[in-house]
Amino acid sequence: MAPETTHLEVTLETQVESVNLAEEMCLRVAESAGFGEDDCYRIGMSVREGVINAFHYGNQERPEKKIHLAVDLTPDKMIIRVMDEGKGFSLADVPDPLAEENLLSTSGRGIFLMRAFMDEFDVITAPSGGAEIVMSKRLPPPAGASGGSGGWSAAPQERA
Amino acid sequence: MVLHATHRDSGRVTVIDFSGRITLGEGSALLRKTVRGLLEEKRNLLLLNLGDVDYIDSSGIGELVSAYTAAKNQGGEMKLLNLTKKVKDLLQITKLYTVFDVHSEEGAAVRSFR
Repeated sequence: MAPETTHLEVTLETQVESVNLAEEMCLRVAESAGFGEDDCYRIGMSVREGVINAFHYGNQERPEKKIHLAVDLTPDKMIIRVMDEGKGFSLADVPDPLAEENLLSTSGRGIFLMRAFMDEFDVITAPSGGAEIVMSKRLPPPAGASGGSGGWSAAPQERA
Repeated sequence: MVLHATHRDSGRVTVIDFSGRITLGEGSALLRKTVRGLLEEKRNLLLLNLGDVDYIDSSGIGELVSAYTAAKNQGGEMKLLNLTKKVKDLLQITKLYTVFDVHSEEGAAVRSFR
């Protein structure tokens, strides 16, 4: 059977509650895809940070603007996109939170965390002109992968 | 999970026991309100017990930094107690583990305040 790609898309309000909503939605997808607890934590945190970024920096907390979240589950990875309706930004302009002079900054760690927790991370300009965060994580090998059975189930396989 | 905070005195030190998640919104706001309230009462030796906090996002990290700086600016100190693995890992990758004074035993933590 040909591998399927699952696509989910949701438009979120620019409000704090959207951060939890996005995290919960992506966690469900990640769990169903077979990611373990640690990877689910990293994915959930990255989604939170992406939506916080859109809420606070992109949309400037303006309620008339929307946050667009898209999740694609391909045969080999989970891809998450977070788009805002702001003015966009360049990664080159984001200060390094690990630099000595920024260690005691009270903000500016979201991009760093997404980069640290995901396998791929980039920010591009969305068609609207806002920022589009694109990040992905490789799917875990299926349980008993050496047998090449495929599938995304995280359930332990019984030995014969 | 909603964040809860209670505080108690241990000699000159105020121990704040947190449980739940310190994240954008109510969690971060409660941390800020609790710490600022104590500092206004001139209780500036603060030990934050995070033993029941298993999740902090960048907003929560920002509030911890803010509390640390606010206590310092008032001539006091803010230290951390009982980090869960996730929180410890997060503070390590953000290099804050070496900035904050982190303890795993309350008695020793209380005695470490000047």
